[in-house]
Amino acid sequence: MSAATDTEPARRTRATQRAQGWALRAPLLPALIFTILVTQLPFLVTIFYSLQSWNLLRPDSQTFVGLANYLAVFTDAQFLGAALNTIVFTSACVLVAMALGIGLALLLDRKFLGRGVARTLLITPFLIIPVATALLWKTTMFDPVFGLIGFVLTPFGLGDVDWVSQYPIVAVVTALVWQWTPFMMLLVLAGLQSQGRDVIEAGQVDGAGRWQMFVGITLPHLRRYIELGVLLGSIYVVNTFDTIYMMTQGGPGTASANLPFYIYQRTFLGFDIGQSAAMGVVVVVGTIIVATLALRLIFRSFMFAQEGIS
Amino acid sequence: MTTAAPAPPTATPARKSGASAPTPARPRRRGGLGPAALTILTWAIALLFVSPALWLVLTAFKQESDAATDPPTFFFEPTLDQFRTVFASDFLPYLGNSLVATLVSTLLVLLLGVPAAYALSIRPVKRTQDVLFFFISTKMLPVVAVVVPLYVAAARLSMLDTVWTLVILYTAMNLPIAVWMLRSFFLEVPKGIIEAAQLEGAGLPRVLWSVMLPIMAPGVAATALICMIFSWNEFFFAVNLTASQAATVPVFMVGFITSEGLFWAQLAAAATLASLPIVVIGWVAQRQLVRGLSMGAVK
Repeated sequence: MSAATDTEPARRTRATQRAQGWALRAPLLPALIFTILVTQLPFLVTIFYSLQSWNLLRPDSQTFVGLANYLAVFTDAQFLGAALNTIVFTSACVLVAMALGIGLALLLDRKFLGRGVARTLLITPFLIIPVATALLWKTTMFDPVFGLIGFVLTPFGLGDVDWVSQYPIVAVVTALVWQWTPFMMLLVLAGLQSQGRDVIEAGQVDGAGRWQMFVGITLPHLRRYIELGVLLGSIYVVNTFDTIYMMTQGGPGTASANLPFYIYQRTFLGFDIGQSAAMGVVVVVGTIIVATLALRLIFRSFMFAQEGIS
Repeated sequence: MTTAAPAPPTATPARKSGASAPTPARPRRRGGLGPAALTILTWAIALLFVSPALWLVLTAFKQESDAATDPPTFFFEPTLDQFRTVFASDFLPYLGNSLVATLVSTLLVLLLGVPAAYALSIRPVKRTQDVLFFFISTKMLPVVAVVVPLYVAAARLSMLDTVWTLVILYTAMNLPIAVWMLRSFFLEVPKGIIEAAQLEGAGLPRVLWSVMLPIMAPGVAATALICMIFSWNEFFFAVNLTASQAATVPVFMVGFITSEGLFWAQLAAAATLASLPIVVIGWVAQRQLVRGLSMGAVK
C-alpha cells in the first residue's frame, strides 16, 4: 500500500468496495459453509481414520498404524476387482444409455400421433425408484424360471439362462441402462429442439442426405448436451449402490461388486473402519485424477480454471 | 418449445405440459421410411422399452398364483389384494418419512441455493469459477468415503435413525447440482430489470423475492423437481443411517429381498406404490424436467 494512493477518498472508496464485495459474497456463504461442513469435514475425519487400525468388533483396538492400511488396499485383489467393475459399469452404462438415448430422441423429434404419450412412457424408467427397478429386473425379468426375458428368449435357445448369477455384470448394466436411457434421451431431445429449423431446412435445400445432415450438422450441435449427459451420468452411475445391493449383493462372490458396494461391505459387515476409510481415500484420490483428466478433455472449451479439487 | 423469440417467461407455466398430443401433423416429404412406418416403429420401440414397467404394474394386479408362472400369465382377473396387503404391512410410516425427507430437504436446497446461485450469477464474485467447480467436485466424491464419519457423528449427536439426518444429507447431496442449475436460470434474467429495482432502493431479499423469482419460477420448479427425484429415490444413506423409526420408502423395499420369487405380486404392488408419487410428478412436469436437466440451456 503506497503512500501516494493512501489518501482519504481513496481509502473510503476501497472501504465501500470491500463492503460491496462482501454484500455480493454474503448470499453465497450459507451454502458454501453448509457444503464444506457436511461434505469436506467428514472426509478429513475419514483421512484420520484411514491411518488407524480400528475394528469395531474389537473395542479399544484403535491404534495409529500410519500407511499400513493403504498398503493393504493396493494388495487387495478384491479391491482392484471392484475398481475394475466400477469402470466397466460406468462406461458401459453411460455409453449404451447415451447411444439409445440419441436414437430415441431422434425418433421423438418429429410430430406424430401420440407423441406426448410416447415421451411420457419413455421417461418413466428414470422416475421409478432404482431399488424397485433392481428388484423388478432381478425377479420378473431375469428369473430363470418365471422371468419374462427367459420366456422371450426361449425360441433362441436362451430360455433357461440364469442371467443374474451367470452374467451378473450384464444383468446389472441392463438395469442401469434402462434407468439412465431416459435421462440421456431428455437431454438430447432438449438439444435437438434447440436446433434452429432454418439450419436443417438449408441443409435439405442443399440436398444433404439424412446421415450427412446428422453427422455434419446435428451431432456437432448436440455435442454440448451429450457432454453434459456423459458428465452427469458418470457422476451418478459411479456411485451406484442400490442396484447392486438389491440385484446381486456384489455376487457371486465379489464378481459384481463395485467400489461403493465393496467398501460398504468392509465397513458395515466387516466393521473394519480403518481399512475401509483408506479405501475411501484411495477412491477419492482416484476419482479426482480421473475427473480432472475427464473435465480437461470434455470441458476444454468450458470456463473451468484448473484448480485442484478439494 | 423450439428456439422462439424470448417468450415472456411468466407464460410458461400456463403452457400445457405433459401429454400433449396435437394434431397428427402432416409428414414432410422424405426419402427412406414412410412417416406412417416411422410412427409405428417409434411406438413399437417405446412400448418395448417400457414393457418392464408395464409388466410390473400388471403383476401388481395379479394374485400371487398368477404372478410367477411358466409361461408368464398375460390374462387374469385383476385384484387389489396386493395393494391392501402393502398398506396393511405398515407402509404409511415409511411414506411419511420419505415425504418429510424429500420436501424439507428440497426446501432447504432452495433456501440455500437460490441466494448462492444469485451471488454467482449477478456479478462474478472473485473466483466464481472456483466456487462452481468446488460445488460440482463435491458430487464426485464417493459417498462411501464419508459414511463412517457421518455415522459416528450421528451416533454421538443421537441423530441416528432420525429423519432430520436424512434431511441434512439430502440437502448437501442436491445442493451442488441445484446451484449449477439455478445459476444458469439466473443468467437468463435480463440485467436491466435487476438494476432498475436496485436503483429504486430495493434490497437483496426484495430483488430476489419480488423481481427475480417470478421470472425464474419455471427454473426453480425444474430444480426442485430434480432434487425431489433424487431425494425420494436415495437409498445408501437411508439404509445405513436409519433403522426402524426413520426408514424411507426405498428401505421398505428391502424387505422383499428375502422373500424373492415367492411374493412377486406383492413386491410389484409395493414397487408401484413407492414409485407412484415421483412418477406422477415427473409426468406432469416433463417440460420443467427437460429445462432442469439441460441446465437452463433450453427454453
